[in-house]
Amino acid sequence: MVTKKEIKQSFFIALWFMVLTFPLMVIKVNTIKNIVVFRWTNLIWVGIVGFLASLIWNYFLRMKDEKKKADTKDNIPIVHRLLQNEKFRIPFLAAIGIFALVYPFVFPMYHTSIMISALVYVMLGLGLNIVVGLAGLLDLGYVAFYAVGAYAYALLNLHFGISFWVVLPIAALLGTIFGTLLGYPVLRLRGDYLAIVTLGFGEIIRIVLENWDELGNGPRGIGNIPSPSFFGHQFNQHNSVIYIYFIVIALVLLTIFFVNRLENSRIGRAWIALRDDEIACQAMGIDKFKTKLTAFALGATWAALGGVVFAAKTSFINPMSFTIWESITILCVVVIGGMGSAIGVIAGALVLILLPEYLRAVAEYRMLVFGALQVVVMVFKPEGLIQGVRKIYKFKKVEE
Amino acid sequence: MEPILNVKNLTMNFGGLKALDTVNLTVEKGQIAALIGPNGAGKTTFFNCITGIYEPSEGLVEITPPGKPTQKLNGLKTNYVTERGLARTFQNIRLFEGMTVLENVMIGRHCRLKSGIIKAMLRTSSQKDEEKQAVYDSYEILEKIGLDQYVDEMAVNLPYGAQRRLEIARALATDPFLLLLDEPAAGMNPQETKELDELIVWLRDNENVSILLIEHDMKLVMSLSDNIHVVDYGKKIAEGTPEEVKSNPEVIKAYLGDESEDA
Repeated sequence: MVTKKEIKQSFFIALWFMVLTFPLMVIKVNTIKNIVVFRWTNLIWVGIVGFLASLIWNYFLRMKDEKKKADTKDNIPIVHRLLQNEKFRIPFLAAIGIFALVYPFVFPMYHTSIMISALVYVMLGLGLNIVVGLAGLLDLGYVAFYAVGAYAYALLNLHFGISFWVVLPIAALLGTIFGTLLGYPVLRLRGDYLAIVTLGFGEIIRIVLENWDELGNGPRGIGNIPSPSFFGHQFNQHNSVIYIYFIVIALVLLTIFFVNRLENSRIGRAWIALRDDEIACQAMGIDKFKTKLTAFALGATWAALGGVVFAAKTSFINPMSFTIWESITILCVVVIGGMGSAIGVIAGALVLILLPEYLRAVAEYRMLVFGALQVVVMVFKPEGLIQGVRKIYKFKKVEE
Repeated sequence: MEPILNVKNLTMNFGGLKALDTVNLTVEKGQIAALIGPNGAGKTTFFNCITGIYEPSEGLVEITPPGKPTQKLNGLKTNYVTERGLARTFQNIRLFEGMTVLENVMIGRHCRLKSGIIKAMLRTSSQKDEEKQAVYDSYEILEKIGLDQYVDEMAVNLPYGAQRRLEIARALATDPFLLLLDEPAAGMNPQETKELDELIVWLRDNENVSILLIEHDMKLVMSLSDNIHVVDYGKKIAEGTPEEVKSNPEVIKAYLGDESEDA
């Protein structure tokens, strides 16, 4: 149970919090009457809450340590266990499928709209997961490729009237090309250096878009981007949101499908080997540079696809949508969800994008709560919400 | 006998430091050769030079794979050296910790497989067959090395001796004709060392590979090796059978020091 040391520690933490919050919680200046009010009861509350919070925090930390000692082997996340179990897999997936199908008809348009944003982040997260989670390349300029996709749709539609469905593959290709072009000089670097240079590249793309007026109207952006059509039929605004919702669902499924295949292929294994040990990886006959470049280019492809959907959904884009914060958010999705784990990234995107929206109930504290939650996740589950597991191969002898 | 590895006048400079100074070394087919020397003599640097991790300052590295013409290895990138049939292990274990034991070995198969991204995404029948074959081959290698019980374990959870053996299994998966083992017995207990001794001989006899190893365990070196090369301060000071090397005054001096220095 609670040790003496913990009580002592919590006591001092409570004291520290009382001192820290003293100016905020206790002193109140009444400017009308020109007096200072001291709210001493608040101080007591801060003390009590601080003390209890610290005790609970310590308790959970200790539980985590004990759990770690108890089972080192059976720490496969529950979602994976559900998916591996034949009996549960079908109903589990079916439930999710049905939920996804009826979602836009049951919930108001606002909810469908934010779900689309979240699903776009699922795509972006899965794309970045290839780069950061699997290949271990810290990319802080990922949003640049997102911008490439969004601007590809906006500009091609504006100048040539090309429709959403035609732009989709073109944008994917453009993303791959940009990924390769940017990756080529950058990938000689590693770790922190790579992070800084990609960050620079991301900013370059944004600044170019902001200042090149002839290309995309600079900061004024491009408006009136049409939403996707259905065999020539254009929906009204309400139905169009539902339509985009299903397009995103389809794209997310496609992403999961391909990423899952890649992850357990020759290329996917090479990415993970590269992440784990670069020198050993080369000594096993893997071309380091080519492997890095494929990861970078493939990640960029999905970012561009996400960009097209984003442009179609918002119908207006300007460079402000592609700041460094977007890159950070996508990185948070990957890290908090679980590096290298597709299911983790999906969970991460849903939590990270939906939570701030639904936290509007607590109004001005929502970002505070959001930040605190991120810290809690990283302290208690540093490997992310849902850790990745490696494929277990079945052995059937191959007849030669 | 035709040498399969022929190193001539290999020199490696790090700034002003001569880590290797005109070292000559040959390994013949079917041989177990050892490279020994005191700490810091340049043994691992020698390995790094042949495998392309360092580019040698001077000298020539040539290989003659069985049934193929002689090729020069100087300046080739590490992965191409491996592709040409030289596989190595590392002094400090370098396994891929995020993968299972089987996948570690499958990484070794990487350069013998061909499927690219498109094939993997579409999962064509040729890719599926190749994957199946790779799984099968890798499992077979694990069986041979005696690690099949750990097949689905994460590599990082293996006991120390097994990790060392897994490094050998992984190197073997690249289909080498020459295995370079960098201190394979380091940190092993006597029982594990004995098993390693048997494994290396078995590999030479059954897997058609020749072996060049760096090792400090003299008992192991003397019992295993057909030919021993001794380096000290980057220079090769002796070569010969275990008996010859044991009685070589230069070698004794390098290991035990000169009597006149003790004064």
